[in-house]
Amino acid sequence: MTVVSIYGITGVLLFVMGVFGLMTQPHLLKKLLSLNIASAGVFLLMVALAYRGDKLDPVPHALVLTGIVISVSATAYAVALAARLQKITGSPTLEEPAVDEP
Amino acid sequence: MIPVLQQPETWLVAIPALGAATTFAFREQGRRGVVSFVLAGIAISTAMTFAKLLLRGPYSHSIGGWVAPLGITWQIDGLAAAMILLTSLVGVMISRYALEYFGSSAEEQRQAAYFWPLWFFLLSGLYAIFLTADIFNWYVTLELSGLAAVGLITLSEKPQALTGSMRYLLIALCASLFYLLGVVFLYGEYGSLDLTTLAARIQPGSVTQVALALMTIGLIAKAALFPLHFWLPPAHANAPSPVSAALSALVVKAGFYILLRLQLVLWPVVSTRYLAIGLGALGAAAILWGSAQAIRQSRLKLLIAYSTVAQIGYLFIMFPLLHAGWAGDPLWASYAWAGGVYQALSHGLAKAALFLAAGVVIHAVGDDRLDSLRGLGEKLPLTATAMALAGISLMGIPPGAGFIAKWLLLSASVASGQWGWAVVMILGGLMAVGYLFRVYRRLLTARDVPVLHQPPRRMEAVALTLAILSLVFGLSSYPLFYLLRIGAPASVGLYLEGLP
Repeated sequence: MTVVSIYGITGVLLFVMGVFGLMTQPHLLKKLLSLNIASAGVFLLMVALAYRGDKLDPVPHALVLTGIVISVSATAYAVALAARLQKITGSPTLEEPAVDEP
Repeated sequence: MIPVLQQPETWLVAIPALGAATTFAFREQGRRGVVSFVLAGIAISTAMTFAKLLLRGPYSHSIGGWVAPLGITWQIDGLAAAMILLTSLVGVMISRYALEYFGSSAEEQRQAAYFWPLWFFLLSGLYAIFLTADIFNWYVTLELSGLAAVGLITLSEKPQALTGSMRYLLIALCASLFYLLGVVFLYGEYGSLDLTTLAARIQPGSVTQVALALMTIGLIAKAALFPLHFWLPPAHANAPSPVSAALSALVVKAGFYILLRLQLVLWPVVSTRYLAIGLGALGAAAILWGSAQAIRQSRLKLLIAYSTVAQIGYLFIMFPLLHAGWAGDPLWASYAWAGGVYQALSHGLAKAALFLAAGVVIHAVGDDRLDSLRGLGEKLPLTATAMALAGISLMGIPPGAGFIAKWLLLSASVASGQWGWAVVMILGGLMAVGYLFRVYRRLLTARDVPVLHQPPRRMEAVALTLAILSLVFGLSSYPLFYLLRIGAPASVGLYLEGLP
């Protein structure tokens, strides 16, 4: 087993763990952490891909950087939204608000 | 000529982005100025992009002069132009509506201050999606438009809107990761992100199939295909009405558009007949489930949102029909393709009209319970007409544009001997009659209702204009078929000449 495939398989495992956590954890912060674990998995796989062959491939690095920028801003936004949600509904989960007003 | 004048497609992305970045700085009057500038810019650059396409034929644009494989390539052909046309029409109409929708109270002005930047970023992202032919750039633009869309839903800060948008955000981010993972696999296998280069290099193989399957999962979640539709009704129904219209008419089409591009270019090589049949089956389930749910709703906007779930189903019936065409008679593929694109266009116009009309109703009577609609037909005749005309297209009755879409899809399924899809589509049409008449019956009830606020005429006029447009595209199908022929992939373009 090469170093590349160890990193690659770890990346895929992290992705699966993250998606599983996202679906099973009720708390919003835990959902967001799971999403970040999943994206770390994808980024790890990209970095591992760049390492194949004789020369380092620079393109995946550029992609990972773009991905990290998106991931950071999306997470920041999601945390702010989750905080506002808790302030207004009083619950840090996605349970439906009881009232059904139009 | 000045170089920048020769590239109107770049303005389509740049002008809304510029508008988004500058509306922050203005108060009410200045904001109106920026909005007028952006709308004029969109109209002019759309027209110029069309002129360039018609004069030069399909063309590509390398951003910043960097050519593929290092740079990002845009491709403008008939399909891209059709989606750009839809975005511009619906985008300009929604903007005109929103100028009236947000009144002058402090709360409404606060909402407007957030609405315009997010809305223009959303438009910019959508144009970029429809222009791009680069699988990684699609990921970036999907995130750009997705985040803007989530922000727009939260404007009212109602608890349901916040929960709905949070669920949408989580689904959208997760879907993007699935898509990105597929992109990584494809890049690892073929060393390119450019769609044209990929099309030349792609070969059948397990990695390719896994990659396409992952991308498909991500994209059907973005397009809200059954069973990944559950986030759509709460998000679309609780957003402010102009936002609901944009989400249902345009944003869900983005995921579908990317999937269609991948289908046309990559999938004919990789044998994925069963994947296509699976997508068709999900589409059929979406039609039946979405229509059944729409019939059960007691709130107008939820009814319209479930109708979106159903109408998206029709888009995906196109995929098994395309494959039947590739295996058998290419004529079927041409029919299926034209029908699917027509459906995207007609649903966009009709659904935007319906949601905007629902916004007028909420403005007039204060809520959107179906029972509040009683007697409104007399009080708001323009809005009731808009709902009726938009419904013609959704039900698939001539002369609505939806009729042509469904007729083409029906023809393809009957001609290729796949009767099952035809039965589902006809059932879906009947069920659409069922849920829409629940609206019309109440509108036409004679009852003297107090109208709380007389809605601005322009709001009503915009909804009516969109509804009429959905009929105009149904009355004359030739221009759109002509457009679709320009640069159509060989896998579908063979028999477009012979279309009615």
